[in-house]
Amino acid sequence: MSNPVIVTAPEGLPFIDIEREFDAPVAAVFRAHREPELVKQWLGPNGYEMDIAEWDFTTHGAYRYVHHDPQGGAWGFHGTFHSVRENEFAVQTFEFEGVPDVVAVETIAFEDLGGGRSRVRIHSTYPSVEARDGMVQSGMEGGLTEGFERLDALVAEGASA
Amino acid sequence: MRDHGADDGWLDRAFLALADPVRRGIIARLSRGPATVNELAEPFSITKQAVSKHIQVLEQAGLVTRTRDAQRRPVHLAPAELERLTGWIDRYRLIHEQQYRSLDAVLEASVGDDTAAHHPKEKES
Repeated sequence: MSNPVIVTAPEGLPFIDIEREFDAPVAAVFRAHREPELVKQWLGPNGYEMDIAEWDFTTHGAYRYVHHDPQGGAWGFHGTFHSVRENEFAVQTFEFEGVPDVVAVETIAFEDLGGGRSRVRIHSTYPSVEARDGMVQSGMEGGLTEGFERLDALVAEGASA
Repeated sequence: MRDHGADDGWLDRAFLALADPVRRGIIARLSRGPATVNELAEPFSITKQAVSKHIQVLEQAGLVTRTRDAQRRPVHLAPAELERLTGWIDRYRLIHEQQYRSLDAVLEASVGDDTAAHHPKEKES
């Protein structure tokens, strides 16, 4: 069993917190966030191709990438890396191009847990609760995973039965 | 909103349970109302015991419940649990779940590089 992801989206507050531990040293996890060749191997939903136009994970750096879903949809995202401290911390903006000008500010804390283990904590702040829910929802629309395809099949069976 | 970090296995169990066509058929039938094991077994060309097994899997995944209605013990759908599968927070969480499992794989693959050679690039910034 892999380490669980803990997602907290408090009712009535425009935040999302994500926490995840890794059985890998903090330097390796940080590197997997910094090197675009590594980032494209894990960022985003399963089965999506990730095109990285720009990825400069340094203070005052910027990024832009497009996720291509298996149905041919394209989902663009961009932002700037406000501050990046190696193996420790980053602040970035995040904008889904489907909802322009709605920009989240995200902090990423990289923590050394000792014994070759580490933790990542992400705190995303959206302009409003509606923006949080709306942006995440629209961002997820194309995010049909294998599991949800099964669920869709299930719903379809229920409808025709 | 809920935090599902504590029950990481729940989504796995739910999707595993729904991976089987007989179990999806059972869920589809139950979406029209509770039914007994006999009633559920009817449309399938498998034994009652096999259907009971499938119901057990769905029960363990929290997708159905059974009540004590004298001898009948009808099976009910647990709609709240099914709804959890479709809530945006779950989609969001599931995507991160998958994403970080991919990151685990990347990290595992890079363990070799780390011990074999040092990347001078990493010393900067």
